[in-house]
Amino acid sequence: MNIEWYIVLSSLLFAVGAMGILIRRSPVVILLCLELMLNAGNLALVAFSRMVDNQQGQVFAIVVMVVAACEVVVGLGLIVAIFRRRLPLDVDELRELRG
Amino acid sequence: MSATTWAWLVLLLPLLGSIVVSLGFRTIPARVAGIVGTAAVGLAFLCAVAALVNLLGEGAEARHHASSLWDYASAAGLDIKLGIYVDQLSVFMMLVVTGVSTLIHLYSFGYMKSDEGYHRFFSYLNFFVFSMLLLVLAGNFVLLIVGWAFVGFASYALISFWYRRTTATKAGMKAFVINVVGDIGLVLAALLIFRELGSFEYGTVFAHAPEVFHRGGWTVTAICLLLLVGAFAKSAQIPFHTWLPDAMEGPTPVSSLIHAATMVTAGVYLIARTHVLFYLAPTAADVGAFVGLATLLVAGTIALAMTDLKRAIAYSTMSQIGYMIMGVSIGAYAQGLFHLMTHAFFKALLFMTAGSIISAMANRQDIDRMSGFWKAMRFTSLMLVIGGLALAAFPLTSGFFSKDSILAYAEARGGMYTWMAIGGYVGALLTALYTFRLIFRVLPGRPCEEAQHLIDTGELYHGPPINPANEELEDADVGFPGAEHHIAEQSRPMAAAMAVLAFGALFAGLIQVPGVDNVLFGFLEPAFADSPLSTIHPTVGAEWRGLAIGAVISVASIGLAWLFWVARPELPGLFRQRLRPVYLLAVNKWYFDEAIDFLIVRPALAIGRFANSTFERFVVDGLVTGTRETVSGAGGIVRVVQSGFVRSYALLLIAGFAGLGLYFLLSSS
Amino acid sequence: MEAVLFFLAAIGALGGAIGVVAMRNPFYSVLALIVHLFSLAVLFLLLSAAFVAAAQVVVYAGAVMVLYVFVVAYIGGGEESAWEPIPGQQFIAPLLGVAIFVELAIAVLASSLLALGTDGPDVKAGFGDPAGIGYLLLEKFLLPFEASSILLLLAAVGAIVLASRRREGESA
Repeated sequence: MNIEWYIVLSSLLFAVGAMGILIRRSPVVILLCLELMLNAGNLALVAFSRMVDNQQGQVFAIVVMVVAACEVVVGLGLIVAIFRRRLPLDVDELRELRG
Repeated sequence: MSATTWAWLVLLLPLLGSIVVSLGFRTIPARVAGIVGTAAVGLAFLCAVAALVNLLGEGAEARHHASSLWDYASAAGLDIKLGIYVDQLSVFMMLVVTGVSTLIHLYSFGYMKSDEGYHRFFSYLNFFVFSMLLLVLAGNFVLLIVGWAFVGFASYALISFWYRRTTATKAGMKAFVINVVGDIGLVLAALLIFRELGSFEYGTVFAHAPEVFHRGGWTVTAICLLLLVGAFAKSAQIPFHTWLPDAMEGPTPVSSLIHAATMVTAGVYLIARTHVLFYLAPTAADVGAFVGLATLLVAGTIALAMTDLKRAIAYSTMSQIGYMIMGVSIGAYAQGLFHLMTHAFFKALLFMTAGSIISAMANRQDIDRMSGFWKAMRFTSLMLVIGGLALAAFPLTSGFFSKDSILAYAEARGGMYTWMAIGGYVGALLTALYTFRLIFRVLPGRPCEEAQHLIDTGELYHGPPINPANEELEDADVGFPGAEHHIAEQSRPMAAAMAVLAFGALFAGLIQVPGVDNVLFGFLEPAFADSPLSTIHPTVGAEWRGLAIGAVISVASIGLAWLFWVARPELPGLFRQRLRPVYLLAVNKWYFDEAIDFLIVRPALAIGRFANSTFERFVVDGLVTGTRETVSGAGGIVRVVQSGFVRSYALLLIAGFAGLGLYFLLSSS
Repeated sequence: MEAVLFFLAAIGALGGAIGVVAMRNPFYSVLALIVHLFSLAVLFLLLSAAFVAAAQVVVYAGAVMVLYVFVVAYIGGGEESAWEPIPGQQFIAPLLGVAIFVELAIAVLASSLLALGTDGPDVKAGFGDPAGIGYLLLEKFLLPFEASSILLLLAAVGAIVLASRRREGESA
């Protein structure tokens, strides 16, 4: 397959992820959509790495995975903390977060 | 010491007096303040005499000096100095001002004795003397305007001296506003002079004016007309005269000093000082002469109908100043100034006697209530008669010689000025008539209640304190006249001042008897030597003829007054009925107040109201409120973005990204 | 063959993505994401990125998703309310998504990068193997490697701090 296909697919997945962030209100689902976008970026990276015949793109993709993992960890920790304080798990309701 | 040094001292002393008295109003006792004030002006008079002596020691041609203390503004073509100009004219005015002021201070020492605002009075009075001296001594137009404005302020402060009376404060404001109109004329004239001649200094201006302007040109006529506006407003000539009768709200010494002897003569001084310009603008000079003539006749008729003693004397002042203005406008400079001096004497005296009589009447000024004071107050009555004789130009009094000198000059000038002389004689008839109307109403006859009280008990009648203008009850606290009043018979300072003035009123004319001596004109005329008009001299014969006519008119009018108000008192009532329209015109002061109210005050108020309701509301408020609403509206719109919703922020973010991408796509295609 | 695999994986990825966005229950969203991640691993394999694909499955689909599952199980699968407080959001969001996709697609397809239109150059045998990536990580990209490990440490500490119980009256 041409590399184009992979890139176009990557952009499609990115767009879906972006739309998901805008539409959904649960913080968990928003994080999941964020994952979608990150993975779309990974796909593009790997495709380009294949196009250029350079493994550095793949290394980059691994680092992105690491970062995504950290971010998810912290985000989910936040969500657990919110849940523990009995606040509504709704991004629109959480307009005035207090410690 | 030179004349200019003496002149600086003359300026300085009243200013010091004013400052000392005003700063010490709590610490210095009242009598001392009065002494300080009087002494300041008295010393100034002595310094003026010294300046005169100094000046006389020089040759007639050299008798003009300019002296400057300090360069006030000296850049970019401007050269304004704090300088004085000492010549015959300014020394003469200095002497008159300080002399009469000293006597009036002496009079006030007694008259205002029980007033709560004693210190304030002397401070203001000294300040006034300082300002008037500044005006006459100024060596350039800027300082003249400064003195002019200060005098206007002092007049305002003194008219509304009893400041808790609304009539007094209103009168003060009226005087000030009309004076400001005159100030505008003067300032514009000064600016035009500067523009054309490049300097404000008298020496430069009067030397170069004949070279720069040609006779009858537009600019110099405009300048002189503007100067006339200033002169008319200050000297209460038509149509700027309406403030003077109302200015009688001030205490009597104020009326006597400011509104008889000194401030109102500032216009006369101005025209005399700028005679070079007036010679170059004959149209303006004629306007001045006509206005002077009109004023003297109109004011004379009004004075015949006035029942308020002080107001009648005020209209008399207006009329006499009309003589002076007419005189200096047609070129009779020295003669006009002669009349200025004699008028200062007898008018100040008349006001002083009026003050004495009003005190006896427990502050009432209505001549309808007065009678029989000859029996009650001999000295005051004698002073009144002397002043009245001088005012009516009774033969051999000072007014006789001075008034007729102006009219003789007018005749000698010929042409249409002869008609002015005739008008002047008609005015003299009116003058004598209204003067002796007052005298014959107040002095003879059965004593009125207040006079009778004075005769019986030797004490002044005490009535409830009222405002003589509108019969309102007042109190005798600060801001109102005091509870006690003082008459000349019971107050030495008052009597002394009046006696000196009476002497002057009787005998001051003897220094200028035609054909006999020429003391005054000989002194003054070199100051006007640069005007061709000063070469016109009536012959001695013509002068004596004028004097004879004047004498006849004066005696005849006095006789007429006797007929109307002593022998046949029913005649005035008959005349009033027969000539009712004329009477109404006179007693309503020729409706000038109403005309000004209609033509000027009401439109101004209407404009103000319109501006407030329309312009202020729509334009100004609209601008301000509109700006505010635009800004807060914009803020409101922008605030919507700050919703606190994370998703809308994300939306904006992604929308921005999409937009950017679109831009790059488009720009690279 | 490759094309078939590509399209199957693509459909899986896309389906998983749409499932994440569209499912009401967050638990189902998590499952959809897992499907998506496996599909992406297949795509990576097609692109000769063997190690990345393995990492994807082990780390992402394995560890991260398990974490998600635990948290969603703890929280519960609450539905969201239907009412949208922000006016126009539901309307504009799909539009923007489409707009982004179209723009990026145009950018890619009309790009002057001719290599995009190819399958890519022939790769050597060890392309995508762990050895090559290992060399890169430990030689050229040592600093980013170490930095990432610190980042992981920070994240772990942060998560513990965030989710720990506070001293004063906290509910479970």
